[in-house]
Amino acid sequence: MNLSMKIMAGSVRHAILLATGTLVLLPFLWMVSLSLKPPAELFSSSFKLLPEHWFAVENYTKALTAAPLPRFMLNGVIVCAAILLLQIIVCAPAAYALAKIRFAGREVIFGIVLIGLLIPHQVLALPLFILCYWLGILNTYAALIVPFVVSPFGIFLLRQFFMSIPDDIIHAARLDGLSELSIVWRIMLPMSLPAVIAFSIVSVVGHWNDLFWPLLVVHSQGFMPPSLGIVTFANAEAGNDYGPLMAGATLVVAPLVICFFAAQRWFIEGLTAGSVK
Amino acid sequence: MEQWFYNDNLGRGPDNEEILLAGVSIRGVSKSFGSANILNGISLDICDGEFLTLLGPSGCGKSTLLRIIAGLERQDCGTIEVAGNKVDHLRPKRRDVAMVFQSYALYPHLTVSENMALPLRMGRLSAWRRLPVIGALLPGARSVSAEIKTEVARTAKALGIDHLLARKPGQLSGGQRQRVAVGRAMVRHPAVFLMDEPLSNLDAKLRVQMRGEIKELHRRLGVTFIYVTHDQTEAMTMSDRIAVMLDGQLAQAASPQQIYASPADRRVAELIGAPKINLLEAAPRGEGLLAVAGSTLALDSKLDDGNSVTLGIRPESLQFAERAGLNTLTGRLRYVEHLGTDLFAHVDVPGSSEPLVARLPVEFASNLQSDQTVHLRVRREQALLFSADGRRLSESDGQFTQLRSCAG
Repeated sequence: MNLSMKIMAGSVRHAILLATGTLVLLPFLWMVSLSLKPPAELFSSSFKLLPEHWFAVENYTKALTAAPLPRFMLNGVIVCAAILLLQIIVCAPAAYALAKIRFAGREVIFGIVLIGLLIPHQVLALPLFILCYWLGILNTYAALIVPFVVSPFGIFLLRQFFMSIPDDIIHAARLDGLSELSIVWRIMLPMSLPAVIAFSIVSVVGHWNDLFWPLLVVHSQGFMPPSLGIVTFANAEAGNDYGPLMAGATLVVAPLVICFFAAQRWFIEGLTAGSVK
Repeated sequence: MEQWFYNDNLGRGPDNEEILLAGVSIRGVSKSFGSANILNGISLDICDGEFLTLLGPSGCGKSTLLRIIAGLERQDCGTIEVAGNKVDHLRPKRRDVAMVFQSYALYPHLTVSENMALPLRMGRLSAWRRLPVIGALLPGARSVSAEIKTEVARTAKALGIDHLLARKPGQLSGGQRQRVAVGRAMVRHPAVFLMDEPLSNLDAKLRVQMRGEIKELHRRLGVTFIYVTHDQTEAMTMSDRIAVMLDGQLAQAASPQQIYASPADRRVAELIGAPKINLLEAAPRGEGLLAVAGSTLALDSKLDDGNSVTLGIRPESLQFAERAGLNTLTGRLRYVEHLGTDLFAHVDVPGSSEPLVARLPVEFASNLQSDQTVHLRVRREQALLFSADGRRLSESDGQFTQLRSCAG
């Protein structure tokens, strides 16, 4: 009886999870499915997940050749890598200072970081755009990178993680002759690897998929990140040709999905570490 | 008690000055966090090569004092000297001190050998040479690295952890981590070892073993050890000298025997000794007599009537007596604890809520039954008297006249 109750509860739980999971995954599946079909089958009245005539090669070839998709992807890699690297270079020492060094005004500065966390990026778009104009970096990689270098989320996440590292470790490092910056790079950051990986995923996914800001500051194809590239591709090249468009979208998303699965364990650990302790 | 230290060195002639300068000198160090005074003008000289223990209950400021010596905390006033040089302006790494932490504070992402090599790498390799890959290609880096490797291996061997060098701290037991932490301090060959309750995270058996090993390490290295603990057994067994700290003040600094036999303060007497010293309120009755717990004790000298004093009697200073009399306390036996070699008799005496504890030879076990009346003779020469403010009273150091003048 007890066992059957357990099985019942388990199946109900799984049914709910499956239903909501399907709801979330459906558009994604639909995208992949469309990317495999020939144009004639796209709008057929009968719903089929797999195509009757496989059209994958044609769609994906067109996606890769009609628009400079590899170029967009390369731009995405350059921009995301630069943003992430600079974010860690800026955030880690800031988080260390906020977590472990006593100085006047520390709480105020941390409060400002928290406020920064609350402000949506769109609110800052106009002043940042004007700033980029003054700096003369519009339509360059710099315009895509510089506004994101200081990440309140990164500072917050790393600070929470650094707080959980015992002071004795830092004292030992000081006695061992490490400077404050080498404590950050040699001790704090390696010890916070789960948090760094979690932050990296959030940062890379966010900027890889970002459409809003690149749309404002970049108009040459040479600097376009993947999401913006796909949009222009949809307008100019593909028109109603949804097969190649979906193929392109699948190609753009694929690296992220692969990365996430590779780093899933650390991601969960990193995001929950600060909150559970 | 610093007197003792100076006197001890007086006979040494021209070397005297040097010996005094070596070791560590703490002069008038105070520290407060916000409104809380942690340290109040601590002054203490520690000889070169001495094993000094800072003993005190938690919150007495002993760890803070250790961190001030290490340079991890800045004192509000006062100075610290290491080997005769002021070090107040120096960063921790320049002070020639190494520290072993209660939590060991090993770097969890580095292997044992990397943990132990880090202080040497920071000291001997330039920033460029420490870079991964490129650093190894720079001139000199390779020979220095090899040198560091052999030194780490030698230290590890001396501590019996050479088979663990490739492991990470997470894969080690508590005792092994402790040895690694000691090893990391040892490789630098510091002039002073600072140890902050290094044994408190170990189980009882391992603690006894490591106690012996640390003492042996001190004997072998011959450098100054400053050891912080709240465990009186550690302090008594390991130290050349114990500095008892209470409420941010240095209560007494003396050898373990002196601290036990002639504590300067009632709180020091309470801190040292297990079971605790028996403390009884006493009233002088002129004529060199003292009224305690319904009995009368004879004193060698007179105390002023009306000044209440506290009588301190160690459990082993009480003897079994057949009948009541002068210098004998009478009470009802509550229970007896057997220890094999001795037994502890807990005796309720009038006027005290806590039972009196007497350490008696096991032969008396058959004579003792619960609720019976027992008589205990006080070994007068071992009894300690404390004034109302907790200071020790004794004839030899002239405290009596001082007390008289204070009392007015």
